[in-house]
Amino acid sequence: MHASDLAALEAEAIEILREAVALASRPVMLYSIGKDSSVMLHLARKAFWPAPLPFPLLHVDTTWKFREMIALRERVAAQPGVRMIVHTNREGLEAGVTPFTCDSERYTTVMKTVALKQALDAGRYDIVLGGARRDEEKSRAKERIFSFRAAGHRWDPKMQRPELWNLYNARLGPGESIRVFPLSNWTESDIWAYILEEKIEIVGLYLAAERPIVERAGQLLMLDDGRFPLLPGETPRRKMVRFRTLGCYPLTAAIESRAATVAEILAETRAARMSERQGRLIDHDQTASMERKKQEGYF
Amino acid sequence: MNLPTLRFLTCGSVDDGKSTLIGRLLWESRQVFDDQARALERDSVRWGTQGQELDFALLLDGLEAEREQSITIDVAYRFFSTPRRRFVVADAPGHEQYTRNMATGASTAELAVLVVNAGKGLLTQTYRHARIASMMGIHHLVLAVNKMDLVDWDQAVFARIVEGMEPLQNELGFSSFQPIPLSALRGDFVTRRGENAPWYRGPALLDLLEQIDVAPPGQDEEFRISVQWVNRPHPDFRGYCGRVTSGVVRPGDGVRILPAGTESRIRSIYLGSEECNRASAGQSVTLCLEDEIDVTRGCVIASVVHPPEVSDQFEARVLSLSGHPLFAGRSYLFQLQTAQAAATITAIKYKTDLQSGMRLATHELRQNDIGVVNLSLDRAVPFEPYERQRLMGAFILIDRLDNQTVGAGMIGFALRRAANIHWQALDVNKNARAGQKAQRPLCVWFTGLSGSGKSTVANLLEKRLYSQGRHTYALDGDNVRHGLNRDLGFTEADRVENIRRVTEVARLMVDAGLIVLVSFISPYRSERELARSRFAQDEFLEVFVDTPMEECERRDPKGLYAKARRGELSNFTGIDSTYEPPEAPELRLDTMLSSAEECVDSILREMEMRFAQPDQPRIEEKPL
Repeated sequence: MHASDLAALEAEAIEILREAVALASRPVMLYSIGKDSSVMLHLARKAFWPAPLPFPLLHVDTTWKFREMIALRERVAAQPGVRMIVHTNREGLEAGVTPFTCDSERYTTVMKTVALKQALDAGRYDIVLGGARRDEEKSRAKERIFSFRAAGHRWDPKMQRPELWNLYNARLGPGESIRVFPLSNWTESDIWAYILEEKIEIVGLYLAAERPIVERAGQLLMLDDGRFPLLPGETPRRKMVRFRTLGCYPLTAAIESRAATVAEILAETRAARMSERQGRLIDHDQTASMERKKQEGYF
Repeated sequence: MNLPTLRFLTCGSVDDGKSTLIGRLLWESRQVFDDQARALERDSVRWGTQGQELDFALLLDGLEAEREQSITIDVAYRFFSTPRRRFVVADAPGHEQYTRNMATGASTAELAVLVVNAGKGLLTQTYRHARIASMMGIHHLVLAVNKMDLVDWDQAVFARIVEGMEPLQNELGFSSFQPIPLSALRGDFVTRRGENAPWYRGPALLDLLEQIDVAPPGQDEEFRISVQWVNRPHPDFRGYCGRVTSGVVRPGDGVRILPAGTESRIRSIYLGSEECNRASAGQSVTLCLEDEIDVTRGCVIASVVHPPEVSDQFEARVLSLSGHPLFAGRSYLFQLQTAQAAATITAIKYKTDLQSGMRLATHELRQNDIGVVNLSLDRAVPFEPYERQRLMGAFILIDRLDNQTVGAGMIGFALRRAANIHWQALDVNKNARAGQKAQRPLCVWFTGLSGSGKSTVANLLEKRLYSQGRHTYALDGDNVRHGLNRDLGFTEADRVENIRRVTEVARLMVDAGLIVLVSFISPYRSERELARSRFAQDEFLEVFVDTPMEECERRDPKGLYAKARRGELSNFTGIDSTYEPPEAPELRLDTMLSSAEECVDSILREMEMRFAQPDQPRIEEKPL
């Protein structure tokens, strides 16, 4: 890949961001604190400079994010021109829904999908920017850049609007919304190449370091705080690991790696033999699980 | 040499092996990860159609419905790269009912790989897809004759298929056309030359994709950018954001803003927060101009030397996308680049039989039909013929009721070429005319019952304005109904037409720089809204002369109420025809409480407030 490919991806993403904002009455950007969110935020700053971000950032906080993630979120929220909305599903929290007490499907539904819908309804957002990419997963490959959601945030693959050229139809009826994915055509390698080139701040967990790890069902899980219940016979060991994706800490597994700089991550990503979502435990619940979750309104 | 990303489309009839071909490309270019490969092994056992072998198609058919039925419903976008080039593949569905999805994939592709099953030969869908690819502006075609292993790599079979394609290639005139014999399942001639067809001397598919140059032949493209968003964070910065459609621009270059036709120069160019000394096609930039002129989303900023055409009437090719057919006479929302308009299909000239290319007469375009239509817009938009500049000639049509995208179109040419001259020679424009009169043009629209006092207030207002040196004109029933609208009566249809004509006359007068006072009963809200929509927001002042019916009837200056009561007048507003009072007029005059003089005072105050707004007087922008 050469530089002009990355420049073209950047130009396309900025075009999509501007189109979304020009067509929206109440836009919002989902901010997950992950590397794709960091890239989105950087692109948004470029797209609208010198104006401040023309939308708030929305973080759905399950209360099970890694501490380093929350620290970065707070740094971003303190930057000038950033309005950060943090939403947690209080009912879910009070009902005791945690990744250790529920199966991953129920936990994801209550603390992520339902929480997201609550926050979107509360803000009456009509255009919701997200960092999903088509290369992440098979059902994502068919996703539109402007993805139509019926009332109740439901995604119906048969109701999607044809998307020709660079023309996006953002007209909506009551209760309907559109999720917009400016990074649709980026790959994991593109994301790292861009982070390297633009020196974008990311959560340190992406970089390899020695961390306390337990191995469970073939997955390397990191102990981020005292809430991690150890099973009998489990002892944490220190291992050189890093994360390819970041979600809730008990549901996101680390990989063994010595890539401690962004340049090394890029090299490792290009040589990778495993897909990015290998560490996402929730995707393996059932075949086509991503498609089902999306139909219910998951990002 | 590294070439830029190649976007290509795979198409062809169902079961010709398109998905298998892409799956093979991903597999061989090492884009399939180990965990995906394990999932593929699992899926192949459960859904695979290749017995014990891996079914590469399952890498692509991501939707459950597709896996169950072994067909591709939607376009899937895949990415892979080799050391030489990066690729975006659009895998388009083969079934006839999904032609629109194929067109979607084709709209952004530069090359098409048309897959043919060697055992079946050329099918209806093969012809259809070649035609759609060509119509969508794809200039490079690869004919992938697949499943050659099933015909024992018989050269004669391959030659027959290529020969059968020749008449269509001659007709459509792809600038490059390369037939390749291959087996997606076995891998021969996909990423490497195989041993099985020593008679074939051409490249393997991937070799060709890596090396083909799809850049249009070297003509210098003129600069164009469509304004997406106006960036105005504070009074000292006014930037126009967009992605350069074609050409190159530098600070100091002269530009023309279309459709207005105004001119300025580029002051500065920003890429993100960095100021730069040039912007070229494909870059997302922010432009600042030397002059403070009116530029909004939907405008095109173009080279002053060769600006694009501007028109409101086109001949265009349209693909019907939804279950609702497209009809002549129906109005749709029209989106071309960032410009929006209301569009009416005035005539469907014909539809194209996609197999034979024949022109068939029709009065509707059903889903997946491609036809040629005449379109009429409610405003002029800048454009270029699709053949010359894809993005400047492509548009979509949106249904006004359910907001679905119902049509995708490509402009052939403008039907009203006179518009070019008219729109580009606008140095003497509304601002200039108004500036000469040292006033802001305005339409003051009086509405109210017969006898409410509209004409009395309007006449007094005109006198006061005249004495201040303003240039005015009053339009009312007396001077319009006796001449221009002599042919109209008082039925609902005639009243609607009456108001439409008055609106247009008032609009011309505002364009001439005048302050126009319109006093018509104008009983229907929708007609007044229509009138308002024909003016700029700050150029229309709706004044509701609010006098109760009983008072109007008591005054009855022309004796009309008495006549209507006697049954000598029909369709009289307030008696046997309704009056819909304005919901949000700029001004409401209560003639029971205020005198005519006081009413005029409040109108003048309202006008002054508008004049006083800081960024308003645009008339000083362009001294003549």
